[in-house]
Amino acid sequence: MKTPKHPISEKEVSHLAELARLELSGKDVTEMRLHLNKILDYFKMIDEVDTEGISPTYHVFDLVNVLRDDTPHSPESKDLLENVPKKKGRYIKAPRMI
Amino acid sequence: MTARILDIPVWEVVKKIANQEISSEDYISETLERIQKIDPKINAYITVIKEASLDKALELDKQIRQGKTVGRLAGLPIAIKDSICVKNIKNTCGSRMLENFVAPYNATVADKIIREDGIIIGKTNLDEFAMGTSTEHSYFGATRNPWDSSKVPGGSSGGSAASIASFEAALALGSDTGGSIRSPASFCSVVGLKPTYGAVSRYGLVSYSNSLEQIGPIARDVRSTAILMDCINGHDIRDSTSKNTVPQRFADIFKNTVKNLKIGVPNEFFGEGVQKEVHKSIWNVIHKIEKLGFHYEKTTLPLVKYALPAYYIIAMSEASSNLARYDGLRYGFNVLKNNLNWNTTFSKNRRNGFGDEVRQRIMLGTYTLSAGYFDQYYLKAQKIRTLIKQDFDRAFKKFDILVVPSMPILPFALGEKLNDPLSLYMCDINTVPANLAGIPSISIPCGLSSGLPIGVQIMAPPFREDLLFKAGYLFEENVTIDKSVGEFTNV
Repeated sequence: MKTPKHPISEKEVSHLAELARLELSGKDVTEMRLHLNKILDYFKMIDEVDTEGISPTYHVFDLVNVLRDDTPHSPESKDLLENVPKKKGRYIKAPRMI
Repeated sequence: MTARILDIPVWEVVKKIANQEISSEDYISETLERIQKIDPKINAYITVIKEASLDKALELDKQIRQGKTVGRLAGLPIAIKDSICVKNIKNTCGSRMLENFVAPYNATVADKIIREDGIIIGKTNLDEFAMGTSTEHSYFGATRNPWDSSKVPGGSSGGSAASIASFEAALALGSDTGGSIRSPASFCSVVGLKPTYGAVSRYGLVSYSNSLEQIGPIARDVRSTAILMDCINGHDIRDSTSKNTVPQRFADIFKNTVKNLKIGVPNEFFGEGVQKEVHKSIWNVIHKIEKLGFHYEKTTLPLVKYALPAYYIIAMSEASSNLARYDGLRYGFNVLKNNLNWNTTFSKNRRNGFGDEVRQRIMLGTYTLSAGYFDQYYLKAQKIRTLIKQDFDRAFKKFDILVVPSMPILPFALGEKLNDPLSLYMCDINTVPANLAGIPSISIPCGLSSGLPIGVQIMAPPFREDLLFKAGYLFEENVTIDKSVGEFTNV
């Protein structure tokens, strides 16, 4: 396997983990870096393709502004609250913000 | 009544249940017994729905005896991938994150199955959040291949395909983002269809990569697959990406056999990664079809070479965005520790709730979408997607269908590729192009090599599932597969 052009450093892996809200241990970071660089190196293959003047396909159909009537329906809040891990009465308990 | 009723083709069973030759109660009981007996060795199911399934069967048998009209799936046990919501049943996505999550509503496909009197008998195992090709990345343990339990069943809908191959269900639903229906269908020697993007509602399917994925049917033969597709396709106002067209109907398409088919065989799908046993088996079936008078021609789709990296960049980017919703607060895994701040709580919940592969894909997706790398990876991949789509458009001007191997290799041993993600990704090389182009594609059993299954993949233009079923039926009729050699593949 050829050497990647822009290998990610451990510092960058830690920064990405912070952005993605994933707690990683030191060992995790080392391992993750190894895997990410291998895969990113493989992704470099797409550089070979000339995409000058080509529009991206974000979606296979040309669907724009698909609208429907905004009609309220029963929220069934009891069911939804049953999946909440930490709650007090009908409220969801969240960690401290400040 | 013996277990042999499970061996009757499902498209016949549904008629026999309706005209009282077989009772749904017997069929469901036999299926549940089968699950009890062999699923500890296969691990196809995460949840089995016993009592409610039997009750529903008894109720249906009663209605049939009373001469009431019943739905098109009446009395059939149907397995659903555990990333598709069924109300009041756990929907784990194979993840610790959703280990205790109970779906508060039905996916549209579940509603449709219930409306047609199908019996949802259980929820099947998958790679965590449908990210994988082997069904080894499940928090609930790996699923095993019914042909040889030391081998993987393919993935990510490995539980669904294994349940069909081992007669633990009559029909199943999977989802396919880059091959997740066709890969396990091929490895387990069953039929699996990835419909055209927008043909089946994704409402209630947990999103992984929403611009690529589709829900589709899995069954033991083409005609039975068509029955389920017949019931689940069509526009849904709750999925803004479902195509607003008249639902496709497949019930009558097998009355006339197909006479003319222009078959293209694109070189790029037979590259160096394709094992020689797979080559041999695919060409064997192509030559058989040729002898029946169907002409084939070799062709080329040059940009398909770049489909795999483009696919993974898009899929991981969308995944990092879609999986941002799991905070462990409103639902999902929570470390349940006090006195931690906002970000630390979320980071701990996500660290412990997600498995290795999911974490890795979230990280890569975060990278490819981040400022400075967006153009280089994500945008570039979406442009390549345009070129790949154009390659297919050109091919379908000349050919009705394209025929290629579903999987480049034979089912491999559990654990064999677990520490080398890239080698697992390579397994998707022949399936991802159809997802990028949004076209329908089906995997049909095509042979065995040393007792391990090989599947042939057929691709068609958008909304030409009818062609896939007709061609698939033709292929199926010309292939004989000895199920007696499999460990759990005969009743």
